[in-house]
Amino acid sequence: MPSDAAPAVESPSRSGTGSGATPMVKFEKVRKTYGDLVVLDDLDFEVAENEKIAIIGPSGSGKTTILRVLMTLVKPDSGKIYVDGRPLWHRENNGQILPANERHLRDVREDIGMVFQHFNLFPNMSVLRNVTEAPVHVKGLSRKEANERGRELLDMVGLGDKLESFPAQLSGGQKQRVAIARALAMEPKVMLFDEVTSALDPELVGEVLNILRKLARDTQMSMLIVTHEMNFARDVADRVVFFDSGQVAEEGPPSEIFTEPKEERTREFLRAVLDY
Amino acid sequence: MENILNLLPPLLEGTWVTIQLALASTVLGGILSFAAGIGKLSSNPLIRWLSVIYIEIFRGTSLLVQMFWLFFALPLLGVTLSPAMAGILALSLNIGAYGAEVVRGAIQAVEPGQYEAAIALNMGKTYTLWRIILPQALVEMMPPMGNLVVQNLKDTALVSLITIADLTFRAQNLRNLTLDSVPIYTLTLIIYFVLALIMITGMRWLERFIAHRVGVAQGRSRA
Repeated sequence: MPSDAAPAVESPSRSGTGSGATPMVKFEKVRKTYGDLVVLDDLDFEVAENEKIAIIGPSGSGKTTILRVLMTLVKPDSGKIYVDGRPLWHRENNGQILPANERHLRDVREDIGMVFQHFNLFPNMSVLRNVTEAPVHVKGLSRKEANERGRELLDMVGLGDKLESFPAQLSGGQKQRVAIARALAMEPKVMLFDEVTSALDPELVGEVLNILRKLARDTQMSMLIVTHEMNFARDVADRVVFFDSGQVAEEGPPSEIFTEPKEERTREFLRAVLDY
Repeated sequence: MENILNLLPPLLEGTWVTIQLALASTVLGGILSFAAGIGKLSSNPLIRWLSVIYIEIFRGTSLLVQMFWLFFALPLLGVTLSPAMAGILALSLNIGAYGAEVVRGAIQAVEPGQYEAAIALNMGKTYTLWRIILPQALVEMMPPMGNLVVQNLKDTALVSLITIADLTFRAQNLRNLTLDSVPIYTLTLIIYFVLALIMITGMRWLERFIAHRVGVAQGRSRA
């Protein structure tokens, strides 16, 4: 533990941002390729504490890969990522930079949570179990504490009456709300939302977006939201990032990006998705 | 009729031996299935290769020759096994090799999203395997495992060739004494068939029990 903690304190100053405060997430020249396809092209990118970011862009542009690399599901080819000042995919030991091992990953993953496009609920567990399993076995909460907290969270997402149901008995929208409660139960500092409404029937999209709106308004988490819902992005995001060909092509407050985009690529994309 | 009544006691004695062999080798083979099936997916190359070698050797050679090797060849190398031990070991190693492929296949059939969710919730690898992946895989692996169990029951007949007095061995003996081939072998087939039926029923019950136990059935019945 101490060997992991020590460099974590130094690294923010060493890789200082210039703006003073430590960013919650920091990408430094992060590169990821699949064969000839460059999905992250030496990406530099920062997320501030409590910042809500909407990531938009054409499919295949690498938006989802940003989240997957952050969630440690995909290993970048090169570059560095810091979460709350701690290196994610490498560890610094006596000045040496080593690749992250499983223990280090489990250490830094604590700060990150993710909600998936296809929910990925555990079908062999009840709704309440889905939400409480990790708090009990990973965070060490007592079953009683976890159940209490799980009930609160499921109430919050409007599923207080579904505690004992199984995932296959729920609609897509309900499943996704359970998945959100499950991720929240781990109390991450950064929450990643990967096209969380893309797999839903149109009439179920609203109930999920409303919960995201509530989270954006009421919590201090940093939120990274990959989405195709432009109106929603405009509503909740502090900053909209237009991502194209593995790079941030343009970014800014929603008012700017959606009304007067500077880049031709952004204009083209918005024209296509918004039917301008 | 009297004839058949005379045949039954020795055949039933052999049946009891067959049942014991089948149960012992199924349990041991089941353990081997999980060990080698999980081992084949291990991130440790040594464990992975040991599992692959074991699986391929026992799937790629004849069960009868394996049994002969354990019973006739191994003693010459300094290890003597009792007939029962050689028989159970050969059967277990064999069903274990086939079962390992069933276990591996069922584990790999679990959606990648399940592993990703487990990582996102910061669960450890062992915990993920036992609590998230295996319960789901178990439901998938039960029907092919049921087939293997019945196959194994029928394979036990081979132990008669290494002097174990199982059902087949008793039938052979009776035929040598009485030459009444038709009633003896008909009766023997019927007994094997009844045993297989009991095992199939047992496995079906176990399948339903497990599906229910891991909660997947609740979802399926409504879906």
